[in-house]
Amino acid sequence: MQKIIQDIESRYSVSEKEIRRNNLCFLTIPKNQAISLVTYLRDYQGYSAFTLLTAVDWIEEGHFQLTYLLNNPTNYTEIGVRTMIERDHATMESAHHLWESMQTYQRELKEMFGIDFPGSPRVDEDFILEGWTDIPPYRRDFDTKKYAEETYFPRPGRETNDPAEYMKSKLFPND
Amino acid sequence: MDIRKIFQQYSDRTSYPEIGEDGKPIIDLSSHKYLKMWQGPQHPGVTGNMSLELTVCGDEIVESKTHVGYLHRGFEKLMERRKFIQCFPTCIRMCVAEPDPNEYLLARCVEELSGIEVPEMAQWLRTLVLEMARLQVLLRGVPGQGGTFALGLGYQWGNYIRDLILDRFEELTGGRVYHMYILPGGVRGLLPDGFKKRMEENLKLADEFVKSIDDLMYSNSVFKQRAKGLAVIPKEYIDKYGVYGPSARAAGVMRDVRKTNPYLKYAELDFEPYTTTESDVYARSRVRWYDLQTTIDLIRQIMAKMPEKGEIKAPTPNVLHWKIPKGETYVKCESSRGEYGMYMVTDGSDMPRRVNLKGPSYTHANMLLEKLLINANIADTAGIMVSLATCPPEIER
Repeated sequence: MQKIIQDIESRYSVSEKEIRRNNLCFLTIPKNQAISLVTYLRDYQGYSAFTLLTAVDWIEEGHFQLTYLLNNPTNYTEIGVRTMIERDHATMESAHHLWESMQTYQRELKEMFGIDFPGSPRVDEDFILEGWTDIPPYRRDFDTKKYAEETYFPRPGRETNDPAEYMKSKLFPND
Repeated sequence: MDIRKIFQQYSDRTSYPEIGEDGKPIIDLSSHKYLKMWQGPQHPGVTGNMSLELTVCGDEIVESKTHVGYLHRGFEKLMERRKFIQCFPTCIRMCVAEPDPNEYLLARCVEELSGIEVPEMAQWLRTLVLEMARLQVLLRGVPGQGGTFALGLGYQWGNYIRDLILDRFEELTGGRVYHMYILPGGVRGLLPDGFKKRMEENLKLADEFVKSIDDLMYSNSVFKQRAKGLAVIPKEYIDKYGVYGPSARAAGVMRDVRKTNPYLKYAELDFEPYTTTESDVYARSRVRWYDLQTTIDLIRQIMAKMPEKGEIKAPTPNVLHWKIPKGETYVKCESSRGEYGMYMVTDGSDMPRRVNLKGPSYTHANMLLEKLLINANIADTAGIMVSLATCPPEIER
């Protein structure tokens, strides 16, 4: 793992690295180098299997973290390529040309986080949500509790009790 | 018009529809050559709540689109506002048929990020529970493939033995479908008295079932005719489309996390996952049939090798005030469908910053299924879908 990290560091501007296990590490690199690194890992370092692409919303810092997780089916190691993109007008270069499965991940990120991947096939089609008009729901500023309270009507039989008080009233009603 | 002329005109059906310059099929519904039809979300041939938007020419599928979202409750988002221990009831629902890998992965993420070592006895019990989960899925899943081609007997039969395995789950964990037996630090309890004896009785029945299903399904000429040569996954699709587990092994590519990245006690167990090269529906079903035998054998090995007593849980902080240091990790295990992974990011608070579940259905049911269904017959849709063992809740999470 150390050898390949050194190799990547000699070619790309790695700003942060985290070796989680002897078969898993995460590297942070600038946005404009991310797809290049992913392609390099796939074509020259044997990381031919793409595991996942997902986003983390760091709303306090004003950016999204994108993580591309790649797997090497020969030595069974994994590398997570992290890159930070601006939260406002979030856009990232598409990588659908590298793996067919990539377009589904990008389509989901467009819908759930509002991150655009221009040129990615079917990226604007609904994936999980249908007719969604609110802000992308996986962003941190989308409040699920508030949404549920405003959207769904209260149903009878849903009164909540404080568990300690309720048990006390049931088990020891005379105390 | 002479019907023969029409037939001759359209006899080469693989050329329809024509492909446009953008690489997409040109489908003009007003030409009356094509018909849109939906398979699902309520359909016995669909594995769970999802649907396929099929465009057919006669009885041949020319285009397929997967629609998910019927079960979306935003589990990953809901977990972001729950304490780590409160995430368990949410997380297990991300795959109803086999919930135990979910709880194992969540517990493992928490343990890895907070540096907790799991006692050996708990590791053996976790291995046992994961294999029991695989067994109950395969008891239904293997004959279920026959069910998609109208061979329903095996499915009913397998369900009976599955119910007996659920009895064992009930006595071990208290629950039949959802167990929450694996928690951060270890497991909730030791094996009850007489558990191994009762399990062995169930395994003997499962052994008989394995032999019988071989006669019932794999020697059945109708099943063979329908499943052989159907929906072949070429080897080069494995990485391109993200094919995992039994579906990859049926194409001759060894993908089994238990062997490639051994976790828990798998390195101490003697087993060899079956691989073959035909890569059609029959081969994928056959791989699962061998997996069923392997799982039965593994449960016997685990029960023989595990210690009788021992620590089952490492000390953990008060779960209601448990803050986990900032970090991120990805852990994985082998579910009955293939590699099952969880990516977790923490920010030092008492709730996860982000949890992302990666199940094999995510790629199998979307890009791969859409590709495999082209030029297939409508009647084979269910068979192809079940051969990929799709589980919609893990797609929409």
